[in-house]
Amino acid sequence: MSTTYQESPSRVLMKGNEAFAESAIRGGCRYYFGYPITPQNEIPEYMSRELPKNGGHFIQAESEISAINMAYGAGAAGGRVFISSSSPGIALMQEGMSFACCAEVPMVILTVCRCGPGIGGIQPGQADYFQATRGGGNGDYKIPVFAPSSIQEGSDLVFEAMELADKWRNPIIIFTDGLLGQMMEPVTLPEHIDVASSKDIRKSKAWALTGYGADDSSRNTITSLRLQPEVLEKHVHHLFDKYTEIEKTLTRAETIGIEDCDVVLVAYGIVARITKEAIEMLARDGIKAGLIRPISLWPFPHSVFDKISNKAKAVISTELSMGQMIEDVRLAVANRLPVRLLSRTGGMIPTSLEIAERTKKILATM
Amino acid sequence: MLKPIFEYTKGMLRVETNFCPGCTHGISHRLITETLDEMGKLGEAIGCGPIGCAVMAHKFMNVDMCECAHGRAPAVASGVKRVHPDNLVFTYQGDGDLASIGTAEIIHAAARGECFSTFFVNNAIYGMTGGQMAPTTLPGQRSTTSQTGRDTGKSGFPIRVCELLSTLDGAVYVERVALNSPAGVAKAKKAVRRAFDVQEKKLGFSFVEFVSACPTNWGLSPVAAVDFIKEKMLPYYPPGVFKSPQ
Ligand SMILES: Cc1ncc(C[n+]2csc(CCOP(=O)(O)OP(=O)(O)O)c2C)c(N)n1
Repeated sequence: MSTTYQESPSRVLMKGNEAFAESAIRGGCRYYFGYPITPQNEIPEYMSRELPKNGGHFIQAESEISAINMAYGAGAAGGRVFISSSSPGIALMQEGMSFACCAEVPMVILTVCRCGPGIGGIQPGQADYFQATRGGGNGDYKIPVFAPSSIQEGSDLVFEAMELADKWRNPIIIFTDGLLGQMMEPVTLPEHIDVASSKDIRKSKAWALTGYGADDSSRNTITSLRLQPEVLEKHVHHLFDKYTEIEKTLTRAETIGIEDCDVVLVAYGIVARITKEAIEMLARDGIKAGLIRPISLWPFPHSVFDKISNKAKAVISTELSMGQMIEDVRLAVANRLPVRLLSRTGGMIPTSLEIAERTKKILATM
Repeated sequence: MLKPIFEYTKGMLRVETNFCPGCTHGISHRLITETLDEMGKLGEAIGCGPIGCAVMAHKFMNVDMCECAHGRAPAVASGVKRVHPDNLVFTYQGDGDLASIGTAEIIHAAARGECFSTFFVNNAIYGMTGGQMAPTTLPGQRSTTSQTGRDTGKSGFPIRVCELLSTLDGAVYVERVALNSPAGVAKAKKAVRRAFDVQEKKLGFSFVEFVSACPTNWGLSPVAAVDFIKEKMLPYYPPGVFKSPQ
């Protein structure tokens, strides 16, 4: 993590959603557009109160469709934009995400995952892994997705993502769940960055819609339509060249003990924290379990799976869904080892004891 | 020395448009950009275009401009205007874009009193997709999805957008003009200017509806299309100022 803050004045006890919102502001967000949905309502509430104090703007949009299109407008105009929603709301935003990727408009999208399908329930879930990493929008596009497992990490990632979105001219998703959003933890907040005034936007974003002023040779347009196949193919290749660079620089994972272990548990977000406890329990019973915690869900950290010990008997994808990340795990393991699923869904959350016991059961069948 | 009495506006770029003969999109484009030119504001304008026949407006209008997803231009413009409150921001939208898929966006932008201007091209049909029934298609009017004429018993009644928006306090200037005659075009230009003036003064939301022609999808010659506006459209969509600031 490249952030430079450390010391105490900014260390506070905060609810996840509020810490993420505050970190977005500190990372330069001056525009937030949102529609109420549980479990992320603290974010629009916080932004409506705090953004104006920081010279920013809040709009309560009429829908998530409008919210992401407001974000597209503010992003195209060169503003730093952060938006948030939860599962069904993110579904409505996905046409907008595809559009923003094609038009290369930056924005940061926080998804506080609840459970589905349909209106589902409001308890924490991870069943939107496909929604985030595969996209529900149309066409060939990719969005980097980061999944924090603590409020501190989420706060750091939101702050960093504000910069990354501008750097890559692409949306960035921070994927959390209702548990991380709702719980409280101590967090050290980043320092505020300086934000360009509207008049100065073109100095750092030569492509933005600001009005060209006196010289129409610097006229800017931001477009998604490309009717000639050869032109569109070239543009999609340009996007994918960018995604290839992103894969090289933004792939991230935490690993524990995977070079010497009997089994590897793969878990992300809040589940990784529960899994760490399960690994300690297993160790007390003489079972060496390793952990792979993908921090970037796309790009998925495939190469760390090459380091898994040869004596490991299985790789277990531990997730709050019916087996979504497991598809990436299978691709990464590439038939070297058996891959099994350890899942709860519908808002049910396994205890560390449950994960340890089910891991033992899986090992017993190997 | 010869003094020019009429010049091509700097507001329109010198490229061929994609519009059909008799289509009035070109007139509306020009009215907007010529007005901005006369105000000396081309360099301060930011346009938000539609999905529809005018999707390539940014190739013709000499202003900073973006495409917007179908119907979402009012949301996009709301975002743009937050970043650049002193620029002249406008949306340009067809009737499928504005009065069907984007109904929520236009109503709420007007209700919020967004300080941008919307130019609404009502040609009573979906042009770009090939002549399907629009929310503005007249009772009895034929389209490719109402082949024996719009049956109001089955598909309801056309929406009068100016009348609808006039009920909202945030909409401060609402006018409907018709592009079927030189006098109508002259009036339309005044309306465009008025909308931008209202926006400059930050009085609230400004809206101009252009009753427009689509000869290709109406199956009429350009001349017959002009008559269709006068005889069929204007009785249903009466021109006039629906709301105006004091
Ligand atoms: C989400 C979505 N649905 C449908 C379309 C297809 N589509 C393109 S243009 C258009 C209608 C345009 O009609 P209108 O707004 O009346 O403008 P006109 O072409 O007549 O100027 C439609 C439905 C689309 N691009 N996106």
